[in-house]
Amino acid sequence: MGETVNGVAFAILAFASIGGAVGVLASRNVVHAGFWLLEAMVAVAGLYLLLSAEFLALVQLLVYAGAVSVLLLFVVMLTLRRREDAVRPLDWSLSGAVLALLFGSMIYLGIANFDIPVAEMPSTVPDIAALGEILFALDGGWVLPFEIASLVLLVALVGAVWWSKEDEK
Amino acid sequence: MMQVGPGAFLALAAVLFSLGLYGAVSKKSAVMVLMSLEIMAVAVNLNMVALSRWVTPETMTGQFFSMFTMVVSAAEIGLGLALVLAIYRRSRSIELSTMERLKG
Repeated sequence: MGETVNGVAFAILAFASIGGAVGVLASRNVVHAGFWLLEAMVAVAGLYLLLSAEFLALVQLLVYAGAVSVLLLFVVMLTLRRREDAVRPLDWSLSGAVLALLFGSMIYLGIANFDIPVAEMPSTVPDIAALGEILFALDGGWVLPFEIASLVLLVALVGAVWWSKEDEK
Repeated sequence: MMQVGPGAFLALAAVLFSLGLYGAVSKKSAVMVLMSLEIMAVAVNLNMVALSRWVTPETMTGQFFSMFTMVVSAAEIGLGLALVLAIYRRSRSIELSTMERLKG
């Protein structure tokens, strides 16, 4: 009997993450939406823990819950300086809702007809040390994508600084 | 005790992605659109981690994929917010309707 995921913990975390996403969409205040996003990201990190992906849970907390939310709040602080600017109408869109519903039902049909190759969860998973060994293995490892990722981050950093610097004159 | 399989995770990711898609097409503030994009990116990552747990637990392929997706999404949010700042300096507003002259 393979290990499976605890349904109660999954239900709580799924409710928290969907609730966070709905909170982002239903917040009038942009700052509140940022905090709802933070809550959804923490809930997804908990889901990663349920899936025994401890490293990814940590990265999720650091990158999304830490960096991205703080960056969003900084931009809100810099651009929407008065309180009235940050509070805005909800922007309901019927065509957007129809698009999202169609997309969601299409994905649902895909999942319902998708035969996942392994139905039973393997009981043992490699730990973080094994993850690092596979990442940097010389044959069949992920060294080249890793280097490209660092290049992407460098280019993004330079580009962000370039775009956000003050114009001369 | 109630147990869930990979299908539950895939369904949750689909719901999250649909919510993010709705936000990305309906919101009129650039910051809100970026937040919705992040929700969509997280849904995709959740998908890959869940499938990695059940299908390739030994090689953890999905975990590496979502690691690199996180890199791309972090770069995307950094550049997107820098762009929002640049547009704000030019037109003193981050409403998407002020960016219509980008249509050319």
